[in-house]
Amino acid sequence: MRALFQKGIRHGVPIGLGYLSVSFAFGIQAIAAGLTPWEALLISMTNLTSAGQLAGIGLIATQAPLVEMALAQFTINLRYALMSLSLSQKMGPDMGTGKRMIFAFGNTDEIFAVAMTQPGTLRFPYLAGLMVVPYIGWSLGTFLGAAAGSLLPVFVRNVLGIAIYGMFLAVVLPAARKDRAICVAATIAGLISLGLRYLPWAQGLSGGYRMILCAVLASCIAAALFPVPDGEEEEKP
Amino acid sequence: MTFSAFVPYLLVMALVTYLIRMLPLVLMRKQIRNRFLKSFLQYIPYTVLTAMIVPDIVYSTGYVSGGDPQALISALAGMVAGVLAAWRGKGLLFVAIAACLGVAAAQGILMFF
Repeated sequence: MRALFQKGIRHGVPIGLGYLSVSFAFGIQAIAAGLTPWEALLISMTNLTSAGQLAGIGLIATQAPLVEMALAQFTINLRYALMSLSLSQKMGPDMGTGKRMIFAFGNTDEIFAVAMTQPGTLRFPYLAGLMVVPYIGWSLGTFLGAAAGSLLPVFVRNVLGIAIYGMFLAVVLPAARKDRAICVAATIAGLISLGLRYLPWAQGLSGGYRMILCAVLASCIAAALFPVPDGEEEEKP
Repeated sequence: MTFSAFVPYLLVMALVTYLIRMLPLVLMRKQIRNRFLKSFLQYIPYTVLTAMIVPDIVYSTGYVSGGDPQALISALAGMVAGVLAAWRGKGLLFVAIAACLGVAAAQGILMFF
């Protein structure tokens, strides 16, 4: 029980450190959008998502209607519904409704990726531990960036900007190297993403839509080409 | 903006984001039997993350299209460092630091040009 929680904490440390730098950048942007450091902190503590928050402060700055805010958040964050659906298939028998409701709050891209790539079913102590450091890192980084971001030289801010992508690479590449199907799935996703970003007729697509379309298309193609062997996922708890 | 004008935005953002995450997790209790759907869900983490990396990683160090190419070069250096580290199966933190050091090194060298 305790060992599982500690394992979760350990796995969360690199995510938390990555978040510290990414949310630092968010804090700086929140100030630029006219928010106070405390408001920026409140957003990070209640949302825990990068792309959605970034779009959110833009909408707050222009005092957009609340409906537009809701629609923007829904679209950008719809990928979490797919991730939660994936995770629901890996939940151990100890994951009751309450525990699922608690963990749902911490289902970010990175926490999801780390959780999904764990062998076997997922248990609550591990997931709870996994959320802790990223949550602290995301909140703390936001506040520091909002309160003191302008003091940091551009050089350092640029270096920190790539940290989160390094974490993504660390999840995708080892898996792609081991498993040809994952390699093909990721390659297709990369090509579609490039196409949607640079082809002239796809320019109207927002970042959130682009990501959903890309992930859904690439996963469909990969699932058609390389269906998982039947019964493989029947892991006993 | 006053704090009281800010609060409704905060609540809408937080609530929508949470419901999207929570509902599928709480409502979906059964194991999915459909083989295609099972496969689809298994590839989702990798396709989502790849979609986030490509091509955004090259814009992660301050580069904007048509802007200073030095920022692009430093991002590419960081990407190469990160890819090499990840390919060798290093952990999340190691790869993140390698990518940062790649950017730092390139920025340092480019300062002399």
